[in-house]
Order: sequence, then C-alpha cells, then structure tokens
Amino acid sequence: MNIHEYQAKEILRASGIPVPPGEVASTADAALAIAENYGGTVVVKAQVHSGGRGKAGGVKLAATPFEAREHAEEILGMTISGLVVEKVLVTPAEDIASEAYVGILVDRKAQAATYIVSAEGGIDIEEVAHSNPDAIRKLIVDPRHGLLGHQAYWLANSLYEDPQLVRQGAKIISQLYSAFTGSGASMVEINPLIVTSDGEVKAIDAKMSIDDSELFRYPEISKYRDLAAEPWAEAKAREADLSYVKLDGNVGCCVNGAGLAMATMDLVKYYGGEPANFLDIGGSSNPEKVVAAVEIITSDPNVEVILFNIFGGITRGDDVARGIVEATKRIDIKPPLVIRLTGTNEKEGLEILAGEGLSAFTSMDEVVERAVQLAANG
Amino acid sequence: MAIFVDENTKLVVQGITGRDGSFHTLQMMEYGTAVVAGVTPGKGGATFYGPNGESVPIFNAMDEAVSETGANTSVVYVPPAFASGAIEEAVDAGISLVVAITEGIPVLDMARAHAFARDHATRVLGPNCPGVISPGKAKVGIIPDQIVTPGPVGVISRSGTLTYEAVIQLTNAGIGQTTCVGIGGDPLIGTNFVDALQAFSEDSETEAIVMIGEIGGTDEQEAAEWVNEHLDIPVVGFIAGQTAPPGRQMGHAGAIISGSSETAEEKTKAFEENGISVAPRPVDIVGLIQDALAS
Repeated sequence: MNIHEYQAKEILRASGIPVPPGEVASTADAALAIAENYGGTVVVKAQVHSGGRGKAGGVKLAATPFEAREHAEEILGMTISGLVVEKVLVTPAEDIASEAYVGILVDRKAQAATYIVSAEGGIDIEEVAHSNPDAIRKLIVDPRHGLLGHQAYWLANSLYEDPQLVRQGAKIISQLYSAFTGSGASMVEINPLIVTSDGEVKAIDAKMSIDDSELFRYPEISKYRDLAAEPWAEAKAREADLSYVKLDGNVGCCVNGAGLAMATMDLVKYYGGEPANFLDIGGSSNPEKVVAAVEIITSDPNVEVILFNIFGGITRGDDVARGIVEATKRIDIKPPLVIRLTGTNEKEGLEILAGEGLSAFTSMDEVVERAVQLAANG
Repeated sequence: MAIFVDENTKLVVQGITGRDGSFHTLQMMEYGTAVVAGVTPGKGGATFYGPNGESVPIFNAMDEAVSETGANTSVVYVPPAFASGAIEEAVDAGISLVVAITEGIPVLDMARAHAFARDHATRVLGPNCPGVISPGKAKVGIIPDQIVTPGPVGVISRSGTLTYEAVIQLTNAGIGQTTCVGIGGDPLIGTNFVDALQAFSEDSETEAIVMIGEIGGTDEQEAAEWVNEHLDIPVVGFIAGQTAPPGRQMGHAGAIISGSSETAEEKTKAFEENGISVAPRPVDIVGLIQDALAS
C-alpha cells in the first residue's frame, strides 16, 4: 500500500526525525488559511501516489498566502500519471544549503532491508545510480542484529564532512530504521534530506510503501489507505480478497492463480485480443468470490466477453461452477461467458454448468481463441 | 531419483489440525507420503487419523515431533502472522527441508527467517508456494497428484496453477517428471531457480528441465546464466506476464515490475541468449521438451 507524503512524514516525525511542519488542504481557501498561519513563503505540494510531481507542475512555491491559494486552485483537481489530486500539503519553504538522499528498501537478492544513501539528493536516485554510481553508498542490514551504530555513521560519513552534520545524519539514519520496521514498510525514501543554511539536517520530502501482508499489525496505518484514490473495482476486489488490475482491452479474465492469470492474459494477446484485466480469484474459491469477480469484471464498460480459465487444485471446479451460476442469476450479465474448467471436481462442475445450459472447454487455447473471436465480433 | 522429496521423506505437518493442513495431510498420505507427525501448539497428545485409519501423533512443538519420530522434512500450513515463527522452529529442531505453503507472510518476518535458516544450513522452499512432488515417491504441499506421472523431466516454477497447466500437458503427451518444484511467488524465497537447477543437475534421472518464470525480480536472468555455464541437459522456458503493466502487483507479492530488467521481455531475452528455448504458449512446452529429449 502506498501512502501519501504527509502520512509518511507523520510516521517519520513520530520516530523523532526532524520534519518541518505541514498541513493538508482539500480546498484553495483552506490552503490560504494554512499559509497565513505559517507566514512567509510556503510550498504547495500535490498529494498523489506518483513520482514526478514537481515535473508535472504539482509542487509550487508561494511567496504570499494569496499566491498559495492560487497554486492550490491550480493543483487541486489536476491529473498526475492518471491520478486526480484531491489534497495539497502546505508547508513552510526551507532555506536549502545542500540535498542528500536516504532510503531503505527490501532487496530481493540480499533478502534483507537495504540502505541506499547518496550526497546527490533531490533527483531520482535511479538516475544517480545510472550516471554516477560511485555517489551511492549501500548497506545490507542483517535482520538478526538490525542497524548497528557504527553502520549509521558509515552511511552518514558518505553524506557529510562536517562532524556536526554527520552526527545529525547518523541519528536520522538510525531513526529511519525504526520508522521502517515499526510500520511494516517495504520502502521508505527521504529525498531530499536537506541541510539548512543554519546547519540543520531535515527531511523535507518523504515517500513510503507499506507491506500489505504486515498491515494487520498496524491498524492506525491501515487507516492511511486513500479510499478516494482507489477505483470502485479495486476496493471491491480488496474486500472480496481477490487480486484485480484493470487494463485497457475488452476480454474480461477470471482465473485462479496469479501465474495462470498472467499466462491467460498473454494468450489473449497471442490470439490477437487485448485483456481487459488481471483477476485472480485465489486458492479457496467459495461461490461468493466468483460472484464478486463477475461484478467487478462487468463494471468495466469495455468488456465484450468474460473468459473463465479455472484449473482446479485447491480450488474446486464445482465451487466455481456454483459461483458462475449464482452470478448469472443475481447479475444482469450482458457480455457472453466462455468457460474452461478442469482439474479438481471437474466432472461435478461441468454437470452444474450443464444444468443451467452452460458448456465449458477443457483446453486453455480453445477457450481463449473463442473469447478473442467473440470480443472482436462484439 | 528425484530432488528434495522421495521415499526417504519423513514428514511433519505444521498446522495439521487447521482446515488446509488437515485436508492436505489426507491427500499427501493418500499419495503415499510418510507423514510421521503433526504439530499444533496446545493439541499435543491428540491423534490425526489418515485416510485408511493410520494414526499420526500430534505434538505441541517441533523439537518433540522430531526427536520422537525422526522427521526430516516439514510442511507449513500455519496462518501468515505465525508462519515465520513456525519456519524458525522447524529450522531449530534440525529439519533439513521446510516447505512453506502459506501466502501473505510479512516480508520483514521472512528476511529474519531466511537468515536463520541460512545460519543452520536448512533449505526453505517458498513461502507462498504449492510445494514439491516426486511422482510415485512423495508429495509435500498441495500440487494435485492426478496430473503428474513418473518420467525424465524436472519442472521448476514460481507459480501454482500455471505449473499444473504445464505439467498436465506433459503428462497427457506421455512425458513424465522426476520432480515438480514450486519455488513460490513471494519476493523473498528460500530456494530460487539456481538452487533448484543445481539440485536437478545432480539428479541422474533428470534429462531435461522446464523452467517457468514470471515478471518481477531478476532470478530468471541469473538462472539463465547459470544454465549456460553449468548445465549440460536442455532447459525449456516459459515466462508469464508479457501483458503485465509496470508498477502493478499481479497477484503474487513478488510479481511486480519495479525496474526495466524485471519485464517478461527481458527475461525471455536472457533465456534465449543463454540457449534456453522459450515456449510462446504453455502448450508449446510439450513440443520443445519432445525435441530436447530427442536430441
């Protein structure tokens, strides 16, 4: 789960990291009031789950409260990477002497939390990795010991020469590890970590993703989920415990298993069609899940055909068949259904479908070819 | 021969009294796997009854289960919040292979559990995997056994049902398997492609390998290079996720394109550059394997 900058900053502040104050506004007038309260120059920043906010015009400096209102008016409602900006963060502008980068992610190869720091902050770290890899220092944190004191200093030493700054940097680097592990994060990034002209180190932008599997431990962080930013179909899928990703094609796909679901989409493309979505109904498929899946797929107006590809393992063919029948009774499904059902309890499943006048294919290629044909004619 | 599990496997089921644990224990026993013990904290002293009335003792903890029964392998059907602890307990009890079926274990929990397993030189398969089956010998996990048959092909995959799709087509074409291994769909897994390839390379009966990858990470690229440098039997590949958009998680926690090298296209290229024939469709795996076995 991605969280917004202002939410990530709340987590960092709670870990003791110096973060300038800031308040969120969802109207231009509220932005003006916040700017008036701070006085002086403020920054108005779009709160949206996307990088490149600055380049898209979603981050603006305002010398007066009136200007802050103007900028907020422009930024609110703006679309960045397909996402509509609903909120802006208003925060006092800082006097920046230098910018660094500090991040932690879970490295798949090292199988551990890994720090990435660079004295070249304020720009995309992947660009730095590409153009000047020597400017990056990396540290794999041994999960058995956590981050050790000297390691925090070793990282901070690559950012600053002044011992005063190194001390502040090392402290922030340690605090960031607590913020990371204490919130079930899978990624956190302070970019930039600035030094002000008074010699203070501060985090002025932050990005954070939370491991969905760890949310159960942090109910207060679960509340950070931006329900407004989540399309209806995705919220519905999450409630029903399905994985759903909307795509641009017209062949609706309902599959059990993530690998098979991807392979089904690929096969749609192979036969000249375009998948409308990724949808994995998961392992234990009670009929209700199948009904929810059909509701989600049919909510996409582009869908011309609904393709079921079910290979029973833990998933039982008869459960899915019951779900399909139930869905046809409860929902007014316009697009035709094409079904492939094989594996565990295949025979029982086919009988249930036959009882409702539905037939099924046994081969994946046949069913996908048929679905692509129907979509083309639709 | 076979890899990871065979007729010498003595299995303890962690979470044997749960819904999935008990269901799959019956299936594994039906297939002939030697299930010697179960563990559920608080249920020690009870008995689990197999499909033909066999008694399997249930223990409160792994150390007792192992010392009482001599179990060498465990399978984990424990819910996500407790699963990494169950894996660590199995490692500590001296188990040599832990097969973790559970999906949704917190990533940082697994970072610690994997480090602990490495310290004890214990192999972890998974998590978030369908397990492993050596046809005619033993099954540990949830792979439907009616789709496999003994033969010369080793199968390695990150996915569950896609593996079944590939395996049933092999079986229907009369091509059997030495072992089918699901390595798991999580970002941090205990046994990766290279580990499984290495095990197959030491198995005299495996004459060809099917390797099924997907988007996310770069394990496939490393495996492709390893095949090129170290393996003298043919490998046929398949990569799922050609149509997957970047930055979106496709079901599996590990199936997300976070960098340009993690796409299906790059992985397919790496396979081909290292002499691995790539099947455009799952059904094409059969023809490529037939060619590989004939050569």
